[in-house]
Amino acid sequence: MGEEEGLHQTQLLDTMFVRGLKRKCFDGEEDIEGTLAGFKAIPSYNLQRQSLLDMSLVKLQLCHMLVEPNLCRSVLIANTVRQIQEEMTQDGTWQMINTQSAGQTSLDRLVSTDILCRSSKEQAEGKLVPVYSTFAKDCEGTQSQDNSEIMSTVTSPQVPRNLQSNMWEMENPQENRGNFQKSLDQIFETLENKSPNTVEDLFSEVDNSYYDLDTVLTGMMSNTKMGHCDLETFPSQTSANSNSNCKSDLNELDHIVEILVES
Amino acid sequence: MEGESIYEVDSEDGVGADIISTVEFNHTGELLATGDKGGRVVIFQREPESKNEPYIQGEYNVYSTFQSHEPEFDYLKSLEIEEKINKIKWLPQQNAAHSLLSTNDKTIKLWKVTERDKRPEGYNLKDEEGKLKDLSTVTSLQVPVLKPMDLMVEVTPRRIFANGHTYHVNSISVNSDCETYMSADDLRINLWHLAITDRSFNIVDIKPANMEDLTEVITASEFHPHHCNLFVYSSSKGSLRLCDMRASALCDKHSKLFEEPEDPSNRSFFSEIISSVSDVKFSHSGRYMLTRDYLTVKVWDLNMETKPIETYQVHDYLRSKLCSLYENDCIFDKFECAWNGSDSVIMTGAYNNFFRMFDRNTKRDVTLEASRESSKPRAILKPRRVCVGGKRRKDDISVDSLDFTKKILHTAWHPTENIIAIAATNNLYIFQDKVNSEMH
Repeated sequence: MGEEEGLHQTQLLDTMFVRGLKRKCFDGEEDIEGTLAGFKAIPSYNLQRQSLLDMSLVKLQLCHMLVEPNLCRSVLIANTVRQIQEEMTQDGTWQMINTQSAGQTSLDRLVSTDILCRSSKEQAEGKLVPVYSTFAKDCEGTQSQDNSEIMSTVTSPQVPRNLQSNMWEMENPQENRGNFQKSLDQIFETLENKSPNTVEDLFSEVDNSYYDLDTVLTGMMSNTKMGHCDLETFPSQTSANSNSNCKSDLNELDHIVEILVES
Repeated sequence: MEGESIYEVDSEDGVGADIISTVEFNHTGELLATGDKGGRVVIFQREPESKNEPYIQGEYNVYSTFQSHEPEFDYLKSLEIEEKINKIKWLPQQNAAHSLLSTNDKTIKLWKVTERDKRPEGYNLKDEEGKLKDLSTVTSLQVPVLKPMDLMVEVTPRRIFANGHTYHVNSISVNSDCETYMSADDLRINLWHLAITDRSFNIVDIKPANMEDLTEVITASEFHPHHCNLFVYSSSKGSLRLCDMRASALCDKHSKLFEEPEDPSNRSFFSEIISSVSDVKFSHSGRYMLTRDYLTVKVWDLNMETKPIETYQVHDYLRSKLCSLYENDCIFDKFECAWNGSDSVIMTGAYNNFFRMFDRNTKRDVTLEASRESSKPRAILKPRRVCVGGKRRKDDISVDSLDFTKKILHTAWHPTENIIAIAATNNLYIFQDKVNSEMH
């Protein structure tokens, strides 16, 4: 971001954060109208908060690349990131409850926050930041009560499918959460085990889900050269994510590879 | 309190290596040591008062310069270890020599400063230049005599305390027993004996078993000035822990925890960062502690753990700018604080080369500026003011025109007199209060 733009943004953030903070304390018994009125300002508050989160992540990654990061600074930034995520998790719950009348959209939102809570468990590497696993449990705890009310029209087999489809079509919000969970892990671990390739270490695991696609593509290409496509090689490489949706994506890949090979 | 600018030292290139990173008076105030980013230590000595030339009374002049630390390379971690001097502490003087401890991120060194003003002349086997004489020319024996020479200050490394710290050393503190000292890094505090370099005792360890659980680090620590068993350390969460070494070998459990509950109306995402304590200093009396966090200085009574007895706002106008200061990393600046000799006035630095002094008795405070433009030699400093909107007086500075690259992080106060040393980037300023040169 350009310097001027950055300055302007942070000036905005300054005012936002001075004003918006008092809305942080949501009690269960607060009147709904009050909170709904508050929500009108919240989208921009969320945006600013997201911006602060992004800034913090950049700082953490930057100090990851430095020769010898300042541990105090890293810890303070990491704590800020955790704080933001804690609040976002709480707010996410609030948004869900307040839009339960919206029908289909609420289900999507419900599923997406469900992913938020579950993604820390279903990460391919299986790494967990303890802070986030407790958040996941809290999230699930509150959600189970709401599930019974809202999810009555959705059958359980369908939920895993939506979950998986969303995981495949990961957009930035999910990516960011996965990324910084892994970032915090790696930052504190690699602070002890410094290596010149810290940046590559950081990113090598982040892109793991796409690494599978790469191997798929390579595998597909080598197979097509042999004259036939062997779809059965795919599940062995991405066994963690195999399901019907994968197969549909795989068909697309197949198609793309055919085009590449022909050209 | 108004001061008079006496002296200004400017290092040669003014870039990088010469940024002053620590300032410390010795126990009599006769000597003043500064450390810089290039690993050098410069010691200043106060000229003795002279009736003939009263106007140079109390001037500090360069006494000795030496290279304390060199950059090193940690091959195991592929990291460079900076030579920047983080802290200097003087040992109480026990003979004609002066001793000081200086430390960078990893290694603490004990230096002995001695004067030589005589040298032996008239050797039998060597000539004036030290070359061996032709024995055939020696016809009689003589006893070498000591002749006066120009004063020479010699600094020699006496001890090197290495390999004690995995993390960056942020503080060292000499015990009142004059035999031991402690060094603190982000997660651990070690106790050393001044004569033993190959081992140290670990007395505090806050490293979690799983580094992922790390949420708090040690930011500063100091021994009590009179009780050799007591020390305090501060954390990045704004707490102070007073520990008693008699209680156990590992002082992970504090004897007292000093923590002020958070003000819910002021809570923000930056609350924790600005509560992080950057410096802690015991008062000369030993009864109080002074702490500095990003926006305030606080005085704590050792007998009351629940909250500080006094809180002074250093630059509260920055509270609405915290996000910008977070973005440009200024929010992580570590300012130091200092007591005067009688514990009645406290001082700390700020931005724009400003520094602040608070009189605990009169509750008056003043903002002064350390800059070459505003202070010619022996010029009287005039108080500065930062205006926050509203009406603006002449010479006021608005918050938006503050220069955040000009920060006064390191300050020191003479142990008995109203003389202060201010480090502003690569310049050292020494200010004296000529009006009241005795403590009041």
